[in-house]
Amino acid sequence: MSTLVVDDDRRAGEPPAPLRRRRSLSLTLRSTLVGWSFILPNFIGFAVLTLVPVVILFYMSMTSWNVFGAANWVGLDNFERLLQDRSFHKALTNTLYYAVVHIPLTLGASLGLALLLNRKLKGVAFFRTVAFFPYITSVVAIAVVWNMLLSPDTGPVNQILGWFGIDGPGWTTSSTWAMPAIILVSVWREMGYYMLLFLAGLQTVPTQLYEAARLDGASAWQRFTNVTLPCLRPTTFFVTVMLTIASFKVLDLVLVMTNGGPGQSTLVLSQYIFNKGFVENQFGYASSVAVVLFLICIAVTIFQFLVNKRRES
Amino acid sequence: MAATLTPPTPRIEEPPVADRRRSPLAPVGRVLGYAVMIIASAAILLPFAWMIISSLKSNNQVFTIPIQWIPDPFVWQNYLDIWQKSDMSTWLKNTLILSVTVTFLQVLTGSFAAYGFSRIRFPGRDVLFLVYIGTIAVPWQAYMIPQFIMLSKMGLSNTLWAIIALQAFGAFGVFLMKQYFESVPEELSEAARIDGLSEYGIWRRIMMPLCVPAIASLSLITFVNTWNDYLGPLIYLRDRDLWTIQIGLKTFISQYNAEHALIMTGSVLSVLPIAVIFLLGQRYFVEGIASTGVKG
Repeated sequence: MSTLVVDDDRRAGEPPAPLRRRRSLSLTLRSTLVGWSFILPNFIGFAVLTLVPVVILFYMSMTSWNVFGAANWVGLDNFERLLQDRSFHKALTNTLYYAVVHIPLTLGASLGLALLLNRKLKGVAFFRTVAFFPYITSVVAIAVVWNMLLSPDTGPVNQILGWFGIDGPGWTTSSTWAMPAIILVSVWREMGYYMLLFLAGLQTVPTQLYEAARLDGASAWQRFTNVTLPCLRPTTFFVTVMLTIASFKVLDLVLVMTNGGPGQSTLVLSQYIFNKGFVENQFGYASSVAVVLFLICIAVTIFQFLVNKRRES
Repeated sequence: MAATLTPPTPRIEEPPVADRRRSPLAPVGRVLGYAVMIIASAAILLPFAWMIISSLKSNNQVFTIPIQWIPDPFVWQNYLDIWQKSDMSTWLKNTLILSVTVTFLQVLTGSFAAYGFSRIRFPGRDVLFLVYIGTIAVPWQAYMIPQFIMLSKMGLSNTLWAIIALQAFGAFGVFLMKQYFESVPEELSEAARIDGLSEYGIWRRIMMPLCVPAIASLSLITFVNTWNDYLGPLIYLRDRDLWTIQIGLKTFISQYNAEHALIMTGSVLSVLPIAVIFLLGQRYFVEGIASTGVKG
């Protein structure tokens, strides 16, 4: 970043004045005002709609508040209640389940696609477009199509499994298979996005390194593990962080595909916040769940940054 | 700086060494590569194909054993019926209004703020930008409740303004535009400054015209996100005449849950505008994502 101090006073013809103390002070003030005037239109919206709500969230999590009436301060009561709340535990474990399976699968699929599509073959641009397409289509349309594809008796997926003699499960109607079904759909949907990030990362790998490895007689697999993977580390790190946050906040796909069911088998943290808040109007309690989600995401991000820093040094 | 899908950009298309040195196995690898690519993309596209096929069937043909790949007869009528049986035109109109407004505001305020962050130095700037980036790790689901209460108190709940407010001021636009602005040589703005152009003039006459690809990326991504947003409208829009395509479609699905073919018709119509926009501007999508992603 090579940003210079804005010097509006310097007009054409006037030689760049040596910095005098009095002047530099008013210059700082001037550029501060100009800088803020650029940032303000966005910042007002950003502050009112993001920063302030985050602060209020922590206050609300310490109150019992429903739509009617005022917010009563209850301190940490909500959090004590969370410790006993079976549904909350279920939502937390389901979210972890989703994250633990979804992250490596998406990572593998998107890296695999990126490696496959990072070559000079005709039509490769078309294939990249295809892989990215599910990511930008609407969640509702995707969810309903997949629900139909996965329907237990007559759905095409189970019919196709039948060709291989596999008796397909009930997918979204089964409490064991509903979560795998959601994970399947979300991997299918998101891998194109992360593939693009990996593709961009693959371009930063210097080709000389491959040449050198080849001269040393490294096999394709050795070149992958000793050249590609280390060079991709920053990208992999970034993708993992983004994937983790995305996993913890998963909601819309769940809402439309299973609405948390059958039973509570696909109830996730975000949905529990949604239910407690917007369905049952327990804003205070819902906020304490939201605080948990907030803290998990921040903690995971900080942890990943620390690990990454350590590995780099 | 940015990667694109199209051939003219050299960086993403640069052939790996493997292709330059021809080994006897090269043609085999090539054929294998194509085979895997074709299978992979067929698998990825299959749900969309099935959606389109089913939208042209009659209801009881959607689920048959074995799968019927070609509708017989083609029920084009579905595409006429859906307009009668649903408020499709209201939904599409609302969604279009929202997407256009949000995109306009996001590009305008986002690029303006990005100029402040990338070109003007003042105390506290970098900390402020860190706060912007930091919110990337905070999921919207965590603060949607206090935000809802605030917007309700402002009287914006159950209006289209709520969705506009929700989507228009994200950190994403600032972030993406800043990445691009920083790739423009400082000397250009310096020269303009010496010629007497104000900072606003530099933003307007130099940065914006030079960053048309970035504006295109941001516009497309914002437009598509707003079009596909489900949760925001679900929480804020109660009145039927305010519904967007996603909410409308979801309600339609629960209302007509036995009309499989018609549901698929609605789904096709909700995806179609996005598909067209995507095909027209896919280069910019990739640019936007590649440039924001890797440098994050």
